[in-house]
Amino acid sequence: MSSFDHNPIVEMKDIVKHFGPVVALNGVSFDVRPGEVHCLLGDNGAGKSTFIKTMSGVHKPTSGEILFEGRPMQFDSPRDAMEAGIATVYQDLAMIPLMSVTRNFWMGREPVRRVGPFRFMDFRHANEVTMEEMRKMGINLRSPDQAVGTLSGGERQTVAIARAVYFGAKVLILDEPTSALGVRQTANVLSTIDKVRKAGIAVVFITHNVRHALAVGDRFTVLNRGKTLGTAQRGQISPEELQDMMAGGQELAELESSLGGTV
Amino acid sequence: MSQAGQGTAPLAQQDERVKQISPLRKALIRPELGAIVGTVAVFAFFLVFASGSGMFNAQGVLNWSTVSAQFMIIAVGACMLMIAGEFDLSVGSMIGFAGMSIAILSVTLGWPVWSAILVTFALCIALGALNGYIVVRTGLPSFIVTLAFLFILRGFTIFFPQMIERKTIIGGIDTAAEGDWLAPLFGGKIGEPVFLWLADQGLIDVYTRGTQAGRPIVDGIPMLIVWALGLMLFAHVVLTRTRFGNWIFASGGDAQAARYVGVPVSRVKILMFMFTAFCATVFATCQVMEFGSAGADRGLLKEFEAIIAVVIGGALLTGGYGSVIGAALGALIFGVVQQGLFFAGVESSLFRVFLGVILLSAVILNTYVRRIITGER
Repeated sequence: MSSFDHNPIVEMKDIVKHFGPVVALNGVSFDVRPGEVHCLLGDNGAGKSTFIKTMSGVHKPTSGEILFEGRPMQFDSPRDAMEAGIATVYQDLAMIPLMSVTRNFWMGREPVRRVGPFRFMDFRHANEVTMEEMRKMGINLRSPDQAVGTLSGGERQTVAIARAVYFGAKVLILDEPTSALGVRQTANVLSTIDKVRKAGIAVVFITHNVRHALAVGDRFTVLNRGKTLGTAQRGQISPEELQDMMAGGQELAELESSLGGTV
Repeated sequence: MSQAGQGTAPLAQQDERVKQISPLRKALIRPELGAIVGTVAVFAFFLVFASGSGMFNAQGVLNWSTVSAQFMIIAVGACMLMIAGEFDLSVGSMIGFAGMSIAILSVTLGWPVWSAILVTFALCIALGALNGYIVVRTGLPSFIVTLAFLFILRGFTIFFPQMIERKTIIGGIDTAAEGDWLAPLFGGKIGEPVFLWLADQGLIDVYTRGTQAGRPIVDGIPMLIVWALGLMLFAHVVLTRTRFGNWIFASGGDAQAARYVGVPVSRVKILMFMFTAFCATVFATCQVMEFGSAGADRGLLKEFEAIIAVVIGGALLTGGYGSVIGAALGALIFGVVQQGLFFAGVESSLFRVFLGVILLSAVILNTYVRRIITGER
């Protein structure tokens, strides 16, 4: 299945966002299609965070147009965006470490079971679904009662992704999911992203690591100083070119040669 | 999402570094462990040192059960609130305030006792809501907001009776409550026929002299104890078995993460402040019905005793983690130690020493257990 059979599910045209005198985004265009991973690359301060917050309904753009499933969208809160099917997994705001995996997974959407006039949380159903969804993502939990704090960083990201997918996300925005992880953990999260794509979900993968982006990305958009420097297809761009675009070329090339080309 | 992972399903393997946990260890590793160990230790101690003192006959049991039940009622409220991530330091003052409110409304103003009780409940729950509203709206630590209410409510509790009656203790509630339909729900006893029967069987001592001659020494279970057990059960079920309980944990665990997935954090917190106020008012109502009077100094330091019981019970001071059963056991430890030292003939000032030691050891054990459960570093 090629992702180019589909029309974009989210299309953002010429987005401009000002915070008082600061121009955070200065005319950014971006789209993502079902079943593709569109990587958004950029160095710190490039405007990545502002951009995804605009997409997920936290900020309203100063000007520009956002189309969701072909229609102009008006989200007043992240909750609205979530209801519509745009889920964001933030690096740190996803999970409550003291609570069990099941309690985290269902937080805010707990299944209930009626017993006479009372309504109890349906733990049997909740536990079964949690175990099953985690297994699909390649994680065998010891028990659904396990506190999220006992999971590794990569596993926590996976719980958050599995949760978003289970609750019907059509667009999944991942905010630097790999930036704090080790090599093995990163590979696990990348393979989870691949599974989500195969399920026909549009993935927006924000990262500043070119190699992580190239491992799963179908398309790559580079942001620099609030502007898009262009979008490239998979196979049309080399890691070196991407890296240069991100960091503004010449300076980094000099730095890199002094470091032996390992950055 | 049904097709995700197809073809790669058996990819996940049990991580070889995750040790299998034995069922025994799993049964032991729970938030209440510190309180359970403490309870066993305390009972063992007094069974050895106070068994001949009457601490474990019917009257003795009733004695420490009643004291424990008092602690339990406020500990349950404090526990739910602490898990939701907040404190209420105004509990003690609220107890004094509620008792005085009932006394002034029923004795001084001559209202029927049931209406005095209902109005007091409404007033105190509204004050709890105000506490919660201020905390949620201003984002100030509840420590500060409720500390302010500790002084405000205590001040009014002393001011009103002095202004109206020129004294700080108002009596006569027992006479006013005679024949009232609501008062027995707080001041009454249940199970009298059972206790009469037990006395007839010679299992409970009877009075041999005086006006009560022939009556059993213990003639029923005070409603105070029924309230304590009922509130404990209610809170435990709500916390562990309902959707709202999950919201309580989430609000205390990480309010921002909870809000992000649509948990109404502000509502949860305000409701927990109201529940704490409700528990304090239950305590106060039982107390004035038992004593027949209200005093301006009632409930002094109760907020700390409640918090100590909750912490012994395994709750985390910063919220998001805890157990109502643990808090209730913490209250039981409190009551048994306080009354047991009296039975054992130990100088009562040592109560505080004993309590400090129990508090410290239970909390150290709880911290260790919690690290195992939650993976904290």
